[in-house]
Amino acid sequence: MTAKLPDPMLPTPFVVQKVKRETSDTYTLDLSRADGPTNFAFAPGQFNMLYAFGAGEVPISISGDPAVPKTLVHTVRDVGNVTRAICRLKRGEVLGVRGPFGVPWPVDRVAGEDVLIIAGGLGLAPLRPALYHLLQHRGEFGNIELIYGARTPKDLLYPKELERWRGRFDLRVHVTVDSAADDWRSNVGVVTKIIDRARFDPPSTVALICGPGVMMRFTVLELMSHGLTPEQIYVSMERNMKCGIGLCGHCQWGPYFVCKDGPVYRFDRIKDWFDRREV
Amino acid sequence: MTASSLKVGVQLRLAAGDFQALLDALASRGYRVMGPTLEDGQMIYGEIGKVADLPVGWTAFQEGGSFRLEPRPDQAFFGFAVGQQSWKQFLWPPHQTLYQVQRQGAGFHVIPGAEAVPKFAFLGVRACELAAMAVQDQVFLQGPHVDPTYKARREQAFIVALNCGHQDPGVCFCASLGTGPRAAAGYDLALTEVLRGQEHFFVVEIGTMRGADLIRELPERIATPEEVDAAARVVAAVAGNMGRGLDTTDIKELFYANYEHPRWDEVAARCLNCGNCTMVCPTCFCHTLEDSLNLTGVAGERQRRLDSCFSVDFSYLHGGSIRTSPKSRYRQWLTHKLATWIDQFGCSGCVGCGRCITWCPVGIDLTEEVRAIRETAAGVRKE
Repeated sequence: MTAKLPDPMLPTPFVVQKVKRETSDTYTLDLSRADGPTNFAFAPGQFNMLYAFGAGEVPISISGDPAVPKTLVHTVRDVGNVTRAICRLKRGEVLGVRGPFGVPWPVDRVAGEDVLIIAGGLGLAPLRPALYHLLQHRGEFGNIELIYGARTPKDLLYPKELERWRGRFDLRVHVTVDSAADDWRSNVGVVTKIIDRARFDPPSTVALICGPGVMMRFTVLELMSHGLTPEQIYVSMERNMKCGIGLCGHCQWGPYFVCKDGPVYRFDRIKDWFDRREV
Repeated sequence: MTASSLKVGVQLRLAAGDFQALLDALASRGYRVMGPTLEDGQMIYGEIGKVADLPVGWTAFQEGGSFRLEPRPDQAFFGFAVGQQSWKQFLWPPHQTLYQVQRQGAGFHVIPGAEAVPKFAFLGVRACELAAMAVQDQVFLQGPHVDPTYKARREQAFIVALNCGHQDPGVCFCASLGTGPRAAAGYDLALTEVLRGQEHFFVVEIGTMRGADLIRELPERIATPEEVDAAARVVAAVAGNMGRGLDTTDIKELFYANYEHPRWDEVAARCLNCGNCTMVCPTCFCHTLEDSLNLTGVAGERQRRLDSCFSVDFSYLHGGSIRTSPKSRYRQWLTHKLATWIDQFGCSGCVGCGRCITWCPVGIDLTEEVRAIRETAAGVRKE
């Protein structure tokens, strides 16, 4: 009798089809299966474990369009050994993929609502699939407001796409940066300062937030001061992850395994843990 | 003995002198019999081929930070509580190769690991350890993803439980948790060791038909009510003599409300963050995955190995770790064990075996930590 490995623990090889440099340290990779046709179904907000040959594995949100399953898209920032190895991959090279894992954004449960998409820095990557979905089903929602903050104009992800979105009449885009040179024509300041500019009806609004911890904390406070309740706010959390399937224990956050109970949480369900340090 | 008389729940008497027949019966069915044995002055779980492999005539005194083996005045086979190791090392190997990976052109080829599943018989499994297996069943078998290694090993294992008869259970607190000292379920056979005067025998209770089939060929007889009663008294004496206790009343709420209790600072000042408690704990399951390449750079593998939440690296995220302070890591361990575990798996992560107390180099005692927090808990604390 032999024990077989569970399939979710085995990486599937994917070939890099395209690498796009987004910022000085962030790259977007288009991937397709190495061994056959690609049909990678996922829900906005889910993530994969990406394996760089010999280097290791990291959890990375899927940043592509859920309606285009023939290409798997990831936006990766070079912050360590494994992400560096992934960012250095060239077209034709291969990485391993396990997934998709995790609880997605509630995009199919918020019809009729105004939707605020609030991103800080790389936090736009896991929110982009949600935005794609909302725009494809545009008629089902009220106002859609994208509120995005980055450190400097050079740190903005997807700048061309931001321009295209800005040109749409059915989506309002608010961008701010922490600091900029004189030629920057848009907002300067933290992302919470431009929530005022968004048009939404607080009783029938949902907010989807992803960004650094401190940004999410102040964004939640700002939204509550506008009358949103914790039940209307969703945040995406980040923790060390090894297995992705709720067994290794690394992503524990209080009673939760962020890999399977999250990464997306409705705020009222986690508010007792959100402000605690070193959990 | 007639086959029809050997049913689940029947209690038999097996003379200590006939114990070898039980080992032989297990071995003849292809089981690797694992049980307590002495090696290099330690009591570990190892192969048991003959009765003399057991720590016959030895006992162990345990206290916070202390484990002392000493000779007993009698020839008891199981005259001690639990040692440092638990059965989890056999059911969930602490090192395992998940797959090997081979470079192939611009890509690579993944070769899944496969292992022959050892067929274990565990001899002398205490009630607390059965409870620990039930806890790990929740973790590895009842979630959305089943661990195939654990499942295969668990299903094959033949379990000979032992109702605790150790008269000095210094660090034990199973009685306060309801997990012992009597094995209630989850065994094929359960033994109670009885020593009185020159008499030395085991009362063997049948737990499964598999157990009944095995015992059929042993030289035993139905135990008399008096013998059954003697066995029950052995266990009752242990239950009434536990060295420690843990009050679990509203324990989840207690921990959730006392996340910033000053006791955490106090215990952190003593805690070495060595992780011993997580290694000896029979329910701790946290593990990590490690990738490596050989020197040629063309072949590598992924290892799964037991990990500990006491390392700074455990919670590492780009830029730094989440739990940087020793306090936060101790708090994570104890809160997980006694509180968040309940939310995660519907049961406590603690079974009252006391290993984390004995094997803590500085003798930190979780029952004492819980008591200290409870006595000065938020809400009832006097300012």
